Amino acid sequence: MKYEIIIAGFGGQGVLSMGKILAYSGLMEGKEVSWMPSYGPEQRGGTANVTVILSDERISSPVLNEYDIAIVLNQPSLDKFEDKVKSGGILIYDSYGIHTEIKRKDISVYRVDAMDAATEMKNEKAFNMLILGGLLKIVPMVKLENVLLGLKKSLPERHHKLIPMNEAAIKKGMEIIEKVD
Amino acid sequence: MDEEIRLMKGNEAIAHAAIRYGADGYFGYPITPQSEILETLMAEMPWEKTGMVVLQAESEVAAINMVYGGAGTGKKVMTSSSSPGVSLKQEGISYIAGAELPCLIVNVMRGGPGLGTIQPSQADYFQTVKGGGHGDYRLITLAPSSVQEMADFVGLGFDLAFKYRNPAIILADGIIGQMMEKVVLPPFHPRRTEEEIVKECPWATQGKTSNRKPNIITSLELDPAIMEENNLRFQAKYKRIEENEVRYEEYMCDDAEFLLVAFGSSARICLKVVENARKEGLKVGLLRPITLWPFPKLILQKYAGQVKGILSVELNAGQMVEDIRLAVNGKVKVEHFGRLGGIVFTPDEVLEALKNKIIK
Repeated sequence: MKYEIIIAGFGGQGVLSMGKILAYSGLMEGKEVSWMPSYGPEQRGGTANVTVILSDERISSPVLNEYDIAIVLNQPSLDKFEDKVKSGGILIYDSYGIHTEIKRKDISVYRVDAMDAATEMKNEKAFNMLILGGLLKIVPMVKLENVLLGLKKSLPERHHKLIPMNEAAIKKGMEIIEKVD
Repeated sequence: MDEEIRLMKGNEAIAHAAIRYGADGYFGYPITPQSEILETLMAEMPWEKTGMVVLQAESEVAAINMVYGGAGTGKKVMTSSSSPGVSLKQEGISYIAGAELPCLIVNVMRGGPGLGTIQPSQADYFQTVKGGGHGDYRLITLAPSSVQEMADFVGLGFDLAFKYRNPAIILADGIIGQMMEKVVLPPFHPRRTEEEIVKECPWATQGKTSNRKPNIITSLELDPAIMEENNLRFQAKYKRIEENEVRYEEYMCDDAEFLLVAFGSSARICLKVVENARKEGLKVGLLRPITLWPFPKLILQKYAGQVKGILSVELNAGQMVEDIRLAVNGKVKVEHFGRLGGIVFTPDEVLEALKNKIIK
């Protein structure tokens, strides 16, 4: 089992922390993990991406040519990574940030309207956990209980009170993800 | 829970390892992509737990001279920076080498020259293994290629530095510094007591006792005859290090017809190149120098008689390739492939270059 994943979007959307929670969840499940951020001068509004690899075996390169799964949360990220999804791979997007059609026909495409759901939940910060929920619904690469353990590990203790909200967002994301034909 | 498996950045691993290996002091100045070393040390507040000093100096020059002073008293001291900051430290590094003091330096390289970029690079190879500062000196150079090695080489670096009374440097890059991986941190080693330091480092300025001459720490010697003797002593020491401390890792080299040579993050990328090449039926192996100085010459000479060609894969314009060519001395074709200024090659690009430059 090996998943090579790119998560890309605007800085401030929680791209890096979503990757971190996924990596921690993998760790809790006893997998080999790597988390490689783009660490440019990316603040709120700039673009940010992170490569996360979960594997049963030793991970060779943290830098990849192509990905099993691309999660793209804005137009520049779609433009950059659509071509880099492996044939037969998965692309997940939020229609809020994407204005063009997905061209690839050899991959499975899913939409999570996480921005709308986060607004509905009156909690912008739930955005990345809604996306993570969507991902885990399509590819249950880690168990929910391990994601919650991962959250606990990656969040400072003073934020542990936010874990139930994050869990609710993950479950909501699982409900709202849709396949796009 | 001393050996708990953790997930952390390479930079964070260095900070935790420094505390756990019983470092006495860290002196640094922030610069991307290694600021997490100082940040983590500050957050951990080791001065309350082990007594380790952590100090943000007013500049890189100040930091390396604090290291010089601490090292003179036999303390386990270290500094870290990234390329432009390490350039600023070169004078101090030369003085420390000239005074024969142990210390640990960390360079998490970024693209240059000049202020350059904050993205990963390996363009400080020459600076690190060929000099950087003035005079005939050498740095024991360790090149980690995983977060685990970032932690492990803090211990190894200090051990080698004290064994040979010579500065050691961890030469990492922005990828290894910034990426998170699993790491098993070392158990806590207590800091040495003053008595232990006096015993282990009889050369240290720990307060003169009536039964010995004063210990003088200096790199200055105005009498050239004595200065030459000093240099000959350094050279004899460097020869001992070259004979005893070469470290490298081989991956699928046994039957290799083509050899990749790469260190640090490039070696990680090359692991995947080897996997992909093998899937295509190409017999490719990887030799990863772990010590860049002393350089693994003998093993390269061995492979020069086995393989049809060597590709040196580096995030620079061709630096380590010169040492490979010196080692194999024309016996086999050696080419270089690199990306510059903070751009990182993908495994596909490297395989393509291997085919074009070596396999054909």
